[in-house]
Amino acid sequence: MDFDLATPFGLTMALGPDVIVMAGAMVLMLVAAFLKDKPHAQRTVGIGAIVVCVIALGAVLMYAMGGRTASSGPVAVDPFRWAVDIIVLVATIGSLALGIDDNDREQINIAETHVLMLFATSGMMLLAAARDLMVLFLALELMSISTYVMCGINRRSPRAAESALKYFLLGSFSTGFLLFGIALTYGATGSTELNVIASAVAGGLGERQLLLNGGIALMLIGFGFKVSAAPFHMWAPDVYEGAPTAVTAYMAAGVKAAAFAAMLRVWTEAFPGSVDAWRGPLTVVAVTTMIVGSIVALPQRNVKRMLAYSSIVHSGYILIAALTITETGRSAYLFYLVSYTLATLGSFGVVGAVSKQNEGKLNVLDYSGLWHERPWLAMSMGIYMFALLGFPVFGGTGFFAKWYMLDASLAGPLKMPGVATALVLTSCVSAGFYLYLVTLMFMKERPTGERVGHTGQLTRVVIGATALAIVFLGVFSSPLIRWAEEGSPMTGISAPVAGVAESR
Amino acid sequence: MNAFLQSIGYANWVLPVMLAIPLLGAGFLWFHGFVAERALKGGPASDDIGRWVTFATFAANFVVSLGLWWAFDPHGGWQFEFSIPWLPRWGVTFSLAIDGISIFLVLLTSFLMPIAVLSGWTSIDRRVHTYHALFLVLTTAMLGVFMARDTFLFYVMWEIVLVPMFFIIGVWGGERRMYAATKFFIYTFIGSLLMLLGILYLGIAAADPITGRPDFSYDAAFRIAQTLSSTERTWLFFAFFSAFAVKIPLFPFHTWLPDAHVEAPTEGSVDLAAILLKMGTYGLLRFSLPLFPDVVANPTVRSVVLGLAVVGVIYGALVALVQTDFKRLVAYSSVSHMGLVVLGIFALTPESMQGAMMVQISHGLSTGALFLMIGMLYDRRHTRLFSAFGGLARVMPLYGLFLMICVMSSIAVPGTNGFIGEFLVLAGSFQTYPILAVVSAISVVLSAIFVLWALQRVIFNPLDKPENLKIPDMNWREVAMMVPVATIIFYIGLHPAPLLRRMEPRLQELVQQIQPHVAAAAAKRATGVATGVATPVAVTADSVRIPLR
Repeated sequence: MDFDLATPFGLTMALGPDVIVMAGAMVLMLVAAFLKDKPHAQRTVGIGAIVVCVIALGAVLMYAMGGRTASSGPVAVDPFRWAVDIIVLVATIGSLALGIDDNDREQINIAETHVLMLFATSGMMLLAAARDLMVLFLALELMSISTYVMCGINRRSPRAAESALKYFLLGSFSTGFLLFGIALTYGATGSTELNVIASAVAGGLGERQLLLNGGIALMLIGFGFKVSAAPFHMWAPDVYEGAPTAVTAYMAAGVKAAAFAAMLRVWTEAFPGSVDAWRGPLTVVAVTTMIVGSIVALPQRNVKRMLAYSSIVHSGYILIAALTITETGRSAYLFYLVSYTLATLGSFGVVGAVSKQNEGKLNVLDYSGLWHERPWLAMSMGIYMFALLGFPVFGGTGFFAKWYMLDASLAGPLKMPGVATALVLTSCVSAGFYLYLVTLMFMKERPTGERVGHTGQLTRVVIGATALAIVFLGVFSSPLIRWAEEGSPMTGISAPVAGVAESR
Repeated sequence: MNAFLQSIGYANWVLPVMLAIPLLGAGFLWFHGFVAERALKGGPASDDIGRWVTFATFAANFVVSLGLWWAFDPHGGWQFEFSIPWLPRWGVTFSLAIDGISIFLVLLTSFLMPIAVLSGWTSIDRRVHTYHALFLVLTTAMLGVFMARDTFLFYVMWEIVLVPMFFIIGVWGGERRMYAATKFFIYTFIGSLLMLLGILYLGIAAADPITGRPDFSYDAAFRIAQTLSSTERTWLFFAFFSAFAVKIPLFPFHTWLPDAHVEAPTEGSVDLAAILLKMGTYGLLRFSLPLFPDVVANPTVRSVVLGLAVVGVIYGALVALVQTDFKRLVAYSSVSHMGLVVLGIFALTPESMQGAMMVQISHGLSTGALFLMIGMLYDRRHTRLFSAFGGLARVMPLYGLFLMICVMSSIAVPGTNGFIGEFLVLAGSFQTYPILAVVSAISVVLSAIFVLWALQRVIFNPLDKPENLKIPDMNWREVAMMVPVATIIFYIGLHPAPLLRRMEPRLQELVQQIQPHVAAAAAKRATGVATGVATPVAVTADSVRIPLR
């Protein structure tokens, strides 16, 4: 055992990477205050933020390779946490890089955008670690509040203001649900620690089971909002559309990954004992999310809105991982998140490259004939679309991600052929809008006089790296599969799941 | 020949090399196109290099594939095996092999591709490199479908085929190309995703009990399919069948085909008709029959499939009769011919199955050739409407000759390849389904009517359109395309024994696998008592049987 979580020092050390990000954020905030009037302040601070994330990534890798363990306490020190941290940090680095170019284009010279993103990231990393509902709540709030501000950072844009206000109001409302759920769970089990809850649930709660069911239901609503699962998804399209493109990428990739990680941990570590209570509702939510997202995305003509609905569909797919409560399910979640994060970052990178100042050029028709003018941009976007569609080879990892999710839903003690069929059929529906963009880019002529502006260096790097990673990992997937398998075990979980397997 | 092939270790490397050659060609082509665009600003010279590289790649692939014809042992089962681990944790291997069914489709592909590429030599003049690179990728994927010996690999190859074809139709196609390309993609995608579920289900069922690793090899699939319950097998049958039915295409899933054919450039139509459609019937022979013999033997399932096949045969012919566009006519005749293939497969006699194989091969040759001929006409006149032509035989005698040969092959005139297949299918299915065989025989008459009528409207009739007076006859390139096809058409027609000999053992084996189930189904029907495993599906199947026989 490396860390004794009962002592402050042990706890701080166990939170090492999170502390690095937080400390880096504070330092950069001061730097930003001093640089206020310099012309390229936001660029300097942005690069600094990327450096902080890279250092944190190094620390995460060090902790992960060292195979650190800790005593039972409010935060987890396990492979799953490190795996999620890696995904979150990569998403943050990508979003920061996009954000720097984005701010230049939109002339937002507010260096604090990047600092806010670092704060949100530290919240996400804490979210991935939380094994206590109070820590989880704190982390979620740290993440959310920073994100609310980032959405509205472009003060010149009325849409951004609408987006931020909407996100804030609905977000706080949903947090209320989550908090009430936590309270009810505490009332039923007498603890906020996940493993204590799990053993209380396994031991039988008697009459208080009803209280716990209420708690689970309210927490499901709270998490459902954060991961934009139907019917709690209404905010996502408006917020995604209004927020600056890089922030949208951050929300679609990072925020979702972290919220899912927390949800997965709570559901698999605390609630497997009452699986019969939440299985039905969660299945309904997952399938509804897939159906609603894929169908409503079809008529969308604003690229950001379309991608928002696409991210809702993917939430539905990722919810399968929570339904399985197996290690395969968690591996599938990690694999899926890698693929989804890469494709999402890349596609928003292209959206940023094509769009003009003041959020112009966001209609799908602005992508007509992009191939003829900017072949690499169009080909990268094609790869992301095929990856989100889950198509083999051309979509690289996207196919394996869906395959993994299907595998998780069909293997294991609880076979779910119905959910697997829903995944497959909604994938077909989603072909309708992913392919539409591809047909526009490759099969239409470019309207005369349309020029795509200069693409920033960092955006180019993000687009190139994500497209290459998707294709490469889509053929040579073995290392990624191994990584996902090794990242799936969690501490203090095997007993309840085994109990479920026996009871079936 | 065999001694020479052995001395170079042919059997060990031929399949992976055949997959690699087009891919390497595509990579080179793409790179060359990129450099040419950047450094030399493109131009006709670099386009010509692109065309020749493509042709040379396809020709090399054909030369390599030729050895299969001699090295193949009809009684050898799976041959030319090649296997390397791909995703060991998921039980996926990159495993290739061919047998008496797939060898013909592999050879058909490698034979037709160098010919098809010549068809776009002058008519494709923009983005030449990308166009040909897509065809090279498409070829690898098509060959991969026929060579795969792992269900996962099969699925991946099956899906890869979609994308190059999607772009070929969508970028270089006709007026309604975006619509046709999207329709083609989504139709086939729905079917194949359901097949994906089936593949996953089989692979997980075959998982190693100790490690829990799934196994996706064909052998594991065949082993495990027999241990599943009858309900599971029925559902799995339909999961696989949905993919194949769309691809074949079986009536009523055929509506994507005419659109895709009409909008695609000539080379795309040739590949679509000659090879892509065969992937569906190949899937039936490869998976549906051996994996789920009892479902295939189930009278209801069989009657429904056969009913759809025969409806397709007649419907395709009738709709072709009223077409005004030559390409659309040939597209609908494809629906009719492919229905015949399904009839031959589900009639489950050795003759009808051999016939089905022969119809597949000859449909590939004759329809491919017809599309090539239509392409030549379109290059000259930029229309395919019958009303624009007439009396072309007088100005284009060579064209008339070759079109006549293709048409005769298509309507199965004795002495051409088409006759052997249709005769075997009808004779074979007459043993088990006389009424269906007789009904299908009507389509032979119908297809003679519509194709000969088309022939009359194009090359006979008076030469009364002034535009047609100065049409140039076929040039050397076009003659070079048609001569090999015409030779093979007559060779198979007059001397089919070498082909039949190579496919017979494998098909016999397949029929013997299924016959016990057919007999059991018949016995059950005769006694009215369920003999096998009684399941709800089987019971309802008996009570609502459609009396087709």
